[in-house]
Amino acid sequence: MDFKLSKTHQLQQEMYRRFAENEVKPLAEDMDETEVYDMELLAKMHKYGIMGIPYSKEYGGVGGDYLSYTLAMEEMSKVDGSTGITISVHTSLCCGAIDAFGTEEQKQKFLRPLVDGSATGCYGLTEPGAGSDAAGVQTQAVYDEATDEWVVNGGKVFTTNSAFADYCVLIAMTDRNLGTKGMVALIVDLKSEGVTISQNIKRMGIRAAQNCEVTYENVRVPNANLLGKVGQGFKIAMKALDGGRIGIAAQSVGLAQGALDQAIEYVKDRKQFGRPIAAFQTTQFKIADMQTKIDAARLLTWRAAVAKDNHENYTAPAAMAKLFASDVANYVCREAVQLMGGYGYCREYAVERNLRDAKITEIYEGTSEVMKMVIAGSLNLKK
Amino acid sequence: MRIAVCIKQVPDTREVKLDPVTNNLIRDGVPSIINMDDKSGLEMAIRLKEKHGGTVTVFTMGPPQADLALREALAMGCDKAYLISAREFGGSDTYATGYIIANAMRKVEEEEGAFDLFITGRQAIDGDTAQVGPQIAENLGVPQISYAEGIEINGDVVTVKRQYEDRYHIIEVGMPCLLTAIQELAEPRYMHAGLIVDAYNTEIPVIDFAALESRIDKTTIGNAGSPTNVVRSFTKQPKGQGIKYDNVGPDEAVKIIMDKMIERHII
Repeated sequence: MDFKLSKTHQLQQEMYRRFAENEVKPLAEDMDETEVYDMELLAKMHKYGIMGIPYSKEYGGVGGDYLSYTLAMEEMSKVDGSTGITISVHTSLCCGAIDAFGTEEQKQKFLRPLVDGSATGCYGLTEPGAGSDAAGVQTQAVYDEATDEWVVNGGKVFTTNSAFADYCVLIAMTDRNLGTKGMVALIVDLKSEGVTISQNIKRMGIRAAQNCEVTYENVRVPNANLLGKVGQGFKIAMKALDGGRIGIAAQSVGLAQGALDQAIEYVKDRKQFGRPIAAFQTTQFKIADMQTKIDAARLLTWRAAVAKDNHENYTAPAAMAKLFASDVANYVCREAVQLMGGYGYCREYAVERNLRDAKITEIYEGTSEVMKMVIAGSLNLKK
Repeated sequence: MRIAVCIKQVPDTREVKLDPVTNNLIRDGVPSIINMDDKSGLEMAIRLKEKHGGTVTVFTMGPPQADLALREALAMGCDKAYLISAREFGGSDTYATGYIIANAMRKVEEEEGAFDLFITGRQAIDGDTAQVGPQIAENLGVPQISYAEGIEINGDVVTVKRQYEDRYHIIEVGMPCLLTAIQELAEPRYMHAGLIVDAYNTEIPVIDFAALESRIDKTTIGNAGSPTNVVRSFTKQPKGQGIKYDNVGPDEAVKIIMDKMIERHII
């Protein structure tokens, strides 16, 4: 067992770090204030392959793996949580579903532009009445035999990237009597007639991410855009989320490490009682705890990513990584603000943003409570 | 068009700290980077390729771990990379280095075709000599223009904007020729994530002593073959910006100079 990154991973990590420092960090504060994501930045991420990391070169992707994708997620999230989720929803949820369940034609038509830098994706599952209980989806898809199309009606909420995305992997109900077996996953062109996208929803954190309500009114989707088979929608949605959780775990690690790095700089400079506060053992012990937890979270994240790369079952490892890392992110960001005192609470420093951004990691793509359900479910607890 | 670019892996001096006791540079744990002038030359070469077609071949001379700099160059968009590395080359000064690199390039030209344009950086941040580029040109027997801050190509003619102290020169030169790039020439792009993956799936050929033995004089390489003797090394002392007086008559100029010398207690 070797905990060292390979040379290609190290060089990718270096490239993501440079990109994050030079391109993302200078924009992060302003994007948070204005709640608008910078479209030039998104274009640059597409240009350098950051939106297509774990996908095959055959489809125009980077040809990297999930481990390299977690490295990008950590580096970007260190400086901006909103950039992290923008990449993650596109990569894990939208591209991930098409890559795993799409036909060759669908991959050529949709995955290729999404990973070669020409299009952006989103994912529509959550509804006002369907959160942790994802089977409660109300959005309806009805097959129209005459035109070989699906007609979609309903409304999704918190659809990240929807404000600027080209395609959405949409989960809709076809037969309520069948419950989770009565759903479809459709690739919807968001420019289709009948699609309405709201303003960015006001939030506590990840404010620059574009997270909107999307309503579908008699939206006609060609049957050629059906992912997998009729009845597989729920399965496709859950599988995509398994991968997504590795991305969110990496985002959590990045938010935590980014906050701690700032706090360490600060405590070395900040003098109280005649010496830098880094000289006090209480500060040192706090930082030792923080870094230890971050390292543990990172290793869990990498374990889940490597399991996925090796085509092993990664459902429980991904859930453990997300459960633990999101908790660590909230703990570390809170303590980083505490170490920096009144200044840490001010918007002049970015740690308060990391703290606001961290909370959502315990909620989206499966709450911490849902993660525990998934983990417990993998442990054969029933007699 | 076939372009050859030389790069050097150097310690990132922005990360180097001074030992507070001995005042020596602490090099341990300092990350290695592609020398900034070289990277700007690399970027220009890739842009020229994108505009005019052709290939970019990158060379570096150094220890085996210098392959990292070459992989980075490949990940920016270079087509081929060569590592010039041998125990016998160790300790070479600029004179020997220029000689070895030029011979390595000639060897590659014999196998793959002549280069039209050679680009090196002006100088490396660790040695600061600015000699190797011009020495490669002399060894290759091609014209050279140093301090390039702009390059245009029309047919076989290269037009170079050369930086000078208080002005610039526009110089035309035929190909093949060698240019030394300054950092202002071109802002380097990031590596592309996909090209990083490719860069590590590529074998980087090593040009070692055996490969060059038949064409080089053994007594002019390595530590023993280097005419330079290092007497002392020291860190550059930053010099303050000078003051420039424009349009002053001779009498006024004399007065300014005298006043300054009196002010500084020089006279």
